[in-house]
Amino acid sequence: MKKLLAWLILPSLLAPALWADEIKVAAAADLSYALKDLGAQFQQKTGNAVSFSLGASGNLYSQIQNGAPFDLFFSADAEYPRKLAAAGRLDPASLRSYAVGELVLWVPKGSPLNPQLLHMDLLLQASVQKIAIANPEHAPYGRAAMAALEHFGLKDKVAGKLVLGESVSQAAQFVQSGNAQAALIPLSLASSPAMKDTGKYWKLPDGSYPEIQQVAGIVSSSRHKQAARAFLDFVGSAQGTAVLQKYGFTIPTQK
Amino acid sequence: MILQALTLTLQLAVTVSVILLIVGVPLAYWLAFSARRWKFFIEALVSLPIVLPPTVLGFYLLVALGPLSPLGRWWQAITGHTLAFTFAGLVIGSVLYSLPFAVQPVATSFAAVDRKLLDISALLGASRWRTFWRVVLPLGLPGVLTGFVLSFAHTLGEFGVVLMIGGNIPGATRTISILIFDQVEALDYAAANRTALLLLVLCFVLLTAVYGLRRHAAWRLWEWK
Repeated sequence: MKKLLAWLILPSLLAPALWADEIKVAAAADLSYALKDLGAQFQQKTGNAVSFSLGASGNLYSQIQNGAPFDLFFSADAEYPRKLAAAGRLDPASLRSYAVGELVLWVPKGSPLNPQLLHMDLLLQASVQKIAIANPEHAPYGRAAMAALEHFGLKDKVAGKLVLGESVSQAAQFVQSGNAQAALIPLSLASSPAMKDTGKYWKLPDGSYPEIQQVAGIVSSSRHKQAARAFLDFVGSAQGTAVLQKYGFTIPTQK
Repeated sequence: MILQALTLTLQLAVTVSVILLIVGVPLAYWLAFSARRWKFFIEALVSLPIVLPPTVLGFYLLVALGPLSPLGRWWQAITGHTLAFTFAGLVIGSVLYSLPFAVQPVATSFAAVDRKLLDISALLGASRWRTFWRVVLPLGLPGVLTGFVLSFAHTLGEFGVVLMIGGNIPGATRTISILIFDQVEALDYAAANRTALLLLVLCFVLLTAVYGLRRHAAWRLWEWK
């Protein structure tokens, strides 16, 4: 019995010691690739490891709201971090707009349709039976996609074609696997190594959806605030912004 | 919204449990009485969904049955659409996922039938088909009922596979478990509570009815002897 207890308790005793300097980051799924690059470079530079939990910003928001043990939150919008700061879950002074995201219309490489020519009318083609977007209930890019559909007057016309992914990652996976024929996803995923050569896309013009300001902040209950701040600074540094730009993000001028 | 999701979920559960009844009983009969050496192989295969996470099944349904595979293209050529995001896709996923729950209780109850009764039935000149209907099935009925109900209930509560291949379409793939997930994620705890409570009560009533009925059925059969 004692042995069993020790066996059960041991991992929880060892865990903090083993991962003392690991920063746990909750990040919006559109950052999947960009943040992994940033994390690797940060670790190389400082020795601090960074681990990522990716998901729809809304899902991560509710997790942090309920006390999930993260150190940093990278949202795909400004609203969730603001609400968390108001609720005392994020350090209000740490909030920082780190990137502006863009939305693209993406089709698999083998598709006969050319998004560069057809633009949003591509979605009306009969061969496009399913259009993948992230769930607008809890994914900012899903809301942006709905806003864009409304802007182009397509909302009702394509309502029956929409399939909702849990996050932009699932929406991307729906279309990349060919189960959906088109998708509205972040440029950051479309320009990732995994998707770059498997499809073609058209960037939606500015103004067809509200600007996607992405804000990050330090979790109030974090025990690694210093390391978390260092990572946040690194993301905002010249080296960090270069990585973000590589993935199609634009960098906001004011902080 | 709740009503639509509930109707859809019940439709799915009925379809799946009826298919599993038709497929599961013969399979269970074979598992209970076959003398094949490699039977254990099929037994292991049938039990796989108990051990495997639904993500494995969801992944293969999405990719292997998607338009990137020959099987998926064949399906698309016949039906005009992909398996993912459709009710049929959910049915196939759920049938595979609930298979062990439909087969195992039936196989166990068939195997528990006294072999002497089968021998006597054969001695009296009854065919295997007749022995099945007059001896094996009546005696194994509680197991068949359990298998039916378990597969029904398991489909009601299914989440992972639906999340991976459903696409969250109202009326087609937004089942009640997905709706609850959505409501919780949207922090609408009041709505989530209503939906979850409805499902809880429904499942409890259903299981109570079935276990009561099963007892009754077993008693009736015993009396006939």
